[in-house]
Amino acid sequence: MHSPVDRREFLKLAGLGGVVLVSGCASTMGGASASADEEFYFVQLSDPHWGFEGPAINPDAQGTLKKAVAAVNGLSQQPDFIMFTGDLTHTTDDPKERRRRLAEFREIVGQLKVKDVRFMPGEHDASLDNGKAFKEFFGPTHYTFDHKGVHFIVVDNVSDPMAAIGDEQLQWLKADLDKQPRDARIVVFTHRPLFDLYPQWDWATTDGAQAIALLQTHDNVTVFYGHIHQENHFMTGNIAHHSAKGLMFALPVARSQPKRLPIPWDAAAPYRGLGFREVDAEKAPVRYAVVERPVV
Amino acid sequence: MKPRRRMLLRASLAAGVAAAAGPIAILAQPKPRIIPIQARKFTYEPAELTLKLNEPVLFQLTSADVVMGFSMPDFKVRGTIIPGQVTEVAMTPNKLGEFFFLCDVFCGSGHENMEGTMRVVA
Repeated sequence: MHSPVDRREFLKLAGLGGVVLVSGCASTMGGASASADEEFYFVQLSDPHWGFEGPAINPDAQGTLKKAVAAVNGLSQQPDFIMFTGDLTHTTDDPKERRRRLAEFREIVGQLKVKDVRFMPGEHDASLDNGKAFKEFFGPTHYTFDHKGVHFIVVDNVSDPMAAIGDEQLQWLKADLDKQPRDARIVVFTHRPLFDLYPQWDWATTDGAQAIALLQTHDNVTVFYGHIHQENHFMTGNIAHHSAKGLMFALPVARSQPKRLPIPWDAAAPYRGLGFREVDAEKAPVRYAVVERPVV
Repeated sequence: MKPRRRMLLRASLAAGVAAAAGPIAILAQPKPRIIPIQARKFTYEPAELTLKLNEPVLFQLTSADVVMGFSMPDFKVRGTIIPGQVTEVAMTPNKLGEFFFLCDVFCGSGHENMEGTMRVVA
């Protein structure tokens, strides 16, 4: 499986090993026809919570992330890049322990075959020190990059402990979007949902509506995020928002129970609810094929 | 006094009473019930509240250690609690049921379990 054509053929069969979701955008790209070399795929991993302890929730807390790394390394065609969407570590009140966890996490994911690996923080990594420790290990908490015709924007909605993006970053976001054509292919990574998924469980971004209003000025925007440790697919206007499974524990569906407590480990179905995803970026029409993968 | 004049007098008296009743009515607004709540890592005291429907309350919030939040998403009210200060949050519950309040300022390793319950009764 070494060509984009092979990859597309694979996706037709991917239902055998994972769930395929095709996320369309508002328009097709005009102009030149899509060339095969502009299609690619990346992997999203989220919420490994390195440092978490709780045998009833995950008795393999020390091994799950390593299994995920092995699973990604085992993909027959390697992704162009890998994105971690936050909560790399489980929170600790001790700044030294936070750095120790970040260092261990970095060492483990250093085993990934793909070396283009990008990171962003979750509130567990960054909310107690405004992202200071995270930056020491992984650099800026919000940034952009471009890959084969897609503009990626990483938005930090966790370094502020009040779950806000903040005016300064919103201005930065606006300035960046102003430079993109209206029909640019744009993918946004965040940790928290930008919309009010369920504020009663802290599943929201204080000023997320302002970010969505800015993003709505473009036709082809898709958001991938983490935080809620399960798949969720939601539209705000023409923007699709896709949350990812976690890599340490699953969380219940919003409103399904009174408290937001991790779902206990099921010995009959170990690692259930955990996983990562492949995202195929297709140009014409603009869409993203999402394949969910288990950890083992 | 002719009947018509008596009617006019009654009318003007009534108007005067009504005019006087304006400010009196405002003064007669019930004072909100004061409810002190202390936050500390990672609890509220008290963590269970019972409020009456349509009864105005004023939460007086303090923190024993770090900056905390107090948020009731179902009523779209919140406050940030700074240690050493009293944060006042006013609300009048306008719907019956059981609701959560939670800390919405990430405050430490127990933050995600820092919550309380508010029951609104008739």
